Amino acid sequence: MQTLYDKLWQGHLVHEESDKPDGMALLYIDRHLVHEVTSPQAFEGLKLAGRKPWRLDSILAVADHNVPTTGRSHGISDPTSRLQVDTLDQNCEELGITEFRMNDLRQGIVHVIGPEQGATLPGMTVVCGDSHTSTHGAFACLAFGIGTSEVEHVLATQCLLLKKAKAMQILVEGELGHGITAKDIALAIIGKIGTAGGTGYAIEFAGSAIRALSMEGRMTLCNMAIEAGARAGMIAVDDTTIEYIKGRPFAPRGALWDQAVTYWRKLKSDPGAAFDQILRLDAAQVKPQVTWGTSPEMVTTIDGRVPDPSQITDAVKRHDMEHALKYMGLAPNTPISEIHPDKIFIGSCTNSRIEDLRAAADVVKGKHIASTIKLAMVVPGSGLVKHQAELEGLDKIFLAAGFEWREPGCSMCLAMNDDRLASGERCASTSNRNFEGRQGPGGRTHLVSPAMAAAAAVAGHFVDVREIY
Amino acid sequence: MEKFHSCEGLVAPLDRANVDTDAIIPKQFLKSIKRSGFGQNLFDEWRYLDHGEPGMDAARRKLNPDFILNLPRYHGAQILLARANFGCGSSREHAPWALQDYGFRVIVAPSFADIFFNNCFKIGLLPIVLEAGNVDQLFREVHATDGYRLVVDLGDQSVTAPAGESFLFDIDPFRKNSLLNGLDEIGLTLQHSERIKAFEEKHRAVQPWLFA
Repeated sequence: MQTLYDKLWQGHLVHEESDKPDGMALLYIDRHLVHEVTSPQAFEGLKLAGRKPWRLDSILAVADHNVPTTGRSHGISDPTSRLQVDTLDQNCEELGITEFRMNDLRQGIVHVIGPEQGATLPGMTVVCGDSHTSTHGAFACLAFGIGTSEVEHVLATQCLLLKKAKAMQILVEGELGHGITAKDIALAIIGKIGTAGGTGYAIEFAGSAIRALSMEGRMTLCNMAIEAGARAGMIAVDDTTIEYIKGRPFAPRGALWDQAVTYWRKLKSDPGAAFDQILRLDAAQVKPQVTWGTSPEMVTTIDGRVPDPSQITDAVKRHDMEHALKYMGLAPNTPISEIHPDKIFIGSCTNSRIEDLRAAADVVKGKHIASTIKLAMVVPGSGLVKHQAELEGLDKIFLAAGFEWREPGCSMCLAMNDDRLASGERCASTSNRNFEGRQGPGGRTHLVSPAMAAAAAVAGHFVDVREIY
Repeated sequence: MEKFHSCEGLVAPLDRANVDTDAIIPKQFLKSIKRSGFGQNLFDEWRYLDHGEPGMDAARRKLNPDFILNLPRYHGAQILLARANFGCGSSREHAPWALQDYGFRVIVAPSFADIFFNNCFKIGLLPIVLEAGNVDQLFREVHATDGYRLVVDLGDQSVTAPAGESFLFDIDPFRKNSLLNGLDEIGLTLQHSERIKAFEEKHRAVQPWLFA
């Protein structure tokens, strides 16, 4: 009896370096996604060693971190950002790698476009020089982030040297309440097990609440597996998975499609397969989550309060909490609903898909952002998400509500382009990390779901989306 | 990759848990297309009082006198003593590059984030996991002793404190061998080219749509 992770591992094992079960092994990589930030040194290394990519058709490249979300017709104004994007363009052109360039309608965040194109298929090993590659696990893939040396390794050999992780199952049973999303599940799990809770594990999310999620929701959940410390998160294949993939540009067609579907249906853990750890969460108990600190584990519910460090006995933990509250400019015991964001960011590889934009638009429809909000922006995950949203009139809803409607990219999730917080500014953000300086030096991030970010935009402070919508 | 046998070096203590890769090297420095030069921006937001951007002359920037690495007693440190979950967050190899470029050769912590841990080995920077209690003890000793040094021996898998007390650490034998000999892992993998091709053929037969 095997777990899904066992099946994916076994199905890609090329060679074991040791006869011990926990030794290093060589694993075959099916899909290599490439972006501009973590690849230039890998391409350079490859060139210096006189090597060529092993399998060009396994690679899909896109620039997402550095691209501007406004005024694209003028190109990229920051010369260092421009050089990085130009370098990717050049490398892809020289080597013959498929790339969606900045002004291609298909351009977008690498973890949005892979699944959107059907370039992410069940059963694949998927890697990218980006920790949020765990996103693709939503398709029963073994998907994980790698460093630049490993990007070069995969380019040159189509393989990676890996150590098998332990397997954890997180069972979420029951029905989510109205207005509660995959983002809330993710943050609730991280609040429970901590940002190192999944270290050394591959997590499989299962249970009736997971089966009820759309692919967008599953991607949000697997995306945040890395914030729980797990390099990979994954979910078994079901009808929802197969329906999503059908007809996408890179997906198989005709007889190959039927053959693939038969194969994909087996991509689930066998009944009774053994996990090293099992964690349970009651979906009905999950409330809207809001982070208050500088790590995703520093999270509470909308009806909660900022914690009080004086109540913490562990010295390292107390010190970290004091440090975080000072950085966040928050007093202990402040109700979460009395925190007032200055800016609203709806976007990122966590929450920039069509369903996310629909959820946020539902909340702001016919309303306007509060006068205290300095900027509210929606950054769709891809050109195609943007296009779809415009077909549905979501752009008009956001614009009428006082939001800005931007071009796709990573944007203010990590502020490598011009979209960033000023020092001391507070943001309700649908992204994945609230680290110090993440959204701009001195910026203060509160992670929430799209509906909660939209609700905060309208109210001017965090508010329980279940009460207003 | 650089060979690693042993290191006898000054220890700097960074007494914070969950130090993330955004703190180790902020994103604005990730725009570089080079592999070197990140050391001057290691812990940039903690280390300097002004805001750092690529291309600034580090020598002209105002240092934060309170940040641990700026204390004269820790100048020239080669071993970083850290807390749990060091290197959490992104997959940026720029984080280990920055630590190595600054001069660190070893990081000792009770635990590391997976991707960061893995990235360190690829460049010859040695991450060592010791039990939390032992790390606590080392923190106390470093704080209490000026010029506190440790001896790290990869061959013996040991960390030895000045008083002679030794702590053993685990390391995967493959990784140990790669570090001791400074092996090119891509070159090693390419020795398996025939195996990879054979696997590919088998894989194609079972899942032809992956190669369509």
